[in-house]
Amino acid sequence: MSTIELRKVTKRFGSFTAVRDVDLSVAAGEVVCLLGPSGCGKTTTLRVIAGLESVSGGEVVLAGRVMNNLPPEKRDIAMVFQFYALYPSASVGENIAFPLYHDGISAAARTARVNRVAAILHLEQVLDRLPSQISEGEKQRVAMARAIVRDPNCFLFDEPLSRLDVELRQTMRGQIKEVLQGLSKATVIVTHDQLEALTMADRIAIMRDGLIEQVGSPHEVFAKPANVFVASFIGTPQMNLLEADLKTFADGMADMTVAGNTLAITTDAAVEHLRPGKVTIGIRPRAFTATDAADRGTIAAQAELIEPMGAETLIHARTAMGGDIRVVVPRSQRVKIGEALNLRPDPRQTHVFDDAGRAVRS
Amino acid sequence: MAESIWGKLGLRRASGVDKAGWGRTLGVAVVAFIYFLPVLFIIFTAFKPQGDALLVPPTLSPTSLFGLIPDHFVFTPTLENFGSVFSRSMTPGGAPEATGFDRYFFNSIFIASVSVLLALAIGTLAAFGFSRYPLKGNDTYLFIILTTRMLPAIVVIIPVILMFRVVGLSGSYFGIIMLYTAFNLAFTIWMMKSFFDELSPDVEDAARIDGSSGIRVFFKIALPQVIAGLAATFVFGLILTWNEFLFALLLSGPDTRTVPVAMNQAVSSGGRGTDWTLLAAIETLFLIPVFLVTFFLQDHLLRGVTFGTVKR
Repeated sequence: MSTIELRKVTKRFGSFTAVRDVDLSVAAGEVVCLLGPSGCGKTTTLRVIAGLESVSGGEVVLAGRVMNNLPPEKRDIAMVFQFYALYPSASVGENIAFPLYHDGISAAARTARVNRVAAILHLEQVLDRLPSQISEGEKQRVAMARAIVRDPNCFLFDEPLSRLDVELRQTMRGQIKEVLQGLSKATVIVTHDQLEALTMADRIAIMRDGLIEQVGSPHEVFAKPANVFVASFIGTPQMNLLEADLKTFADGMADMTVAGNTLAITTDAAVEHLRPGKVTIGIRPRAFTATDAADRGTIAAQAELIEPMGAETLIHARTAMGGDIRVVVPRSQRVKIGEALNLRPDPRQTHVFDDAGRAVRS
Repeated sequence: MAESIWGKLGLRRASGVDKAGWGRTLGVAVVAFIYFLPVLFIIFTAFKPQGDALLVPPTLSPTSLFGLIPDHFVFTPTLENFGSVFSRSMTPGGAPEATGFDRYFFNSIFIASVSVLLALAIGTLAAFGFSRYPLKGNDTYLFIILTTRMLPAIVVIIPVILMFRVVGLSGSYFGIIMLYTAFNLAFTIWMMKSFFDELSPDVEDAARIDGSSGIRVFFKIALPQVIAGLAATFVFGLILTWNEFLFALLLSGPDTRTVPVAMNQAVSSGGRGTDWTLLAAIETLFLIPVFLVTFFLQDHLLRGVTFGTVKR
């Protein structure tokens, strides 16, 4: 079975811990994205799986075997590198065929396999060229072809689309997803682009400072972020995180002070267990409705900066306490600079985080 | 893209290749001609009749260029000197004898090419090791390797002669080849390490993942990428070794004598003073092998020298 399992994997470089106690399992046919800001340890995690870095602690289990001490060439994996890492002195065809030389298959079978993946990835025309003579998008496809030409234990992708322009990135995203769906292998994709993660992954593991902060489906990490970091990292524009003072909680309604307003809002029942005091509430920019009248369910703010984004408009609004709230409204709703807004958060999309930054959820 | 040193100095042109105008081309031609003049003079001297060599003013051209050059600057070219390199009379009026120069040319070619290739083979592997599998104190080792080239040859010659005496290597091919190899190694390791350092480690990682062992990664992936570096290192090493005089003088025997040593003896022996046209003929012949090698590797050489400053 093509599976990847990391058990309490730790990687230290000298005194610096790049990856800390990471537990992750990827089932056959599943695509997991490691997502996080640069320097969070996601690429190191990938290199540990590949065997390009040794582990300092824990176990790397591939296809049911502990592979901690096996060099990369013995692990039977395929990897696509950020800068493609094509062999510069070999033709495109030889590049794709390279992984096959170790499987002891005949020259004829090799050619057949190369031609087959070249057809899948539309590379038939460039097989005889050198990597320096093909376009960036073609290089990406060659790297991909080289990975899928074999039947490895698993696939690893390191920022596979970061070098492509926006348009090509969208096409390739679809293409990679399509190719992977046909292969039913465990796949790990490292990316810092949340859109890439949200669109391609079955599950997303969000990393920060060498730790996995949350693992979940794209829907879960977006709709139920485990903590403040995940909440702020996923979603564009960024979720509003507002300091609040929780007063009371009764009948599913929390009473709190937010940015100088008193706000009464329906929250998760687990908020009941919180002691009154400082909390953080997270509200996505699209979860506000701007209403005419102020009431106990709204936050007062003044539009300060307006950024049209095409179908929608992003408004930066300032609260009485000077805090900044990002609000996205449909294009049809005209807002002028300086206009007073009464923002009503959607209770189902309002998250409460305790003083340690953890989501409060039942 | 790594910015080139020219770019940092603000000397980079805005874009593309701009063909130089006639003025600049002419300027370069003049400077190049000044550089080439001594070599040209030697080559011409090799073709002069023996008596012409010391004429003042010197004869300058084998042809009058359709009357452009006055007759007293023109010499009648002859191949006589080249014949004398290999066979001439050693005593005044004596019969021509073989000079052994065919042997010395063979020695020079054999010793220089074997030692440079050997140094290249060993040094490239060592350089890859230093670049990819650094030891604790890697830089210290590299520094120590370079110290072998920090002293002039004349300083280390005495211990080397003694060592060769003791082991009985004086005058043998093996001895002189080993010595040159050792000297070339320092240079080769430093040169090749810098070439390997420039390569993208990702490519080798990819080859590992695609199932290649360390050795295969070296031969199939890393080595083909540093061909230019190999060529550059080979040519520089060859020129250094080819022209080496001091060690060859003191450590080669009659059978293993190289051309620079033999040249020295040929022109100073016989008590007749220096035979300049003969010397020029030997020098001209001596120039040919390195000239050819450098000429054929010139494309690689240029790429090798500018490696890493160009966009990858």
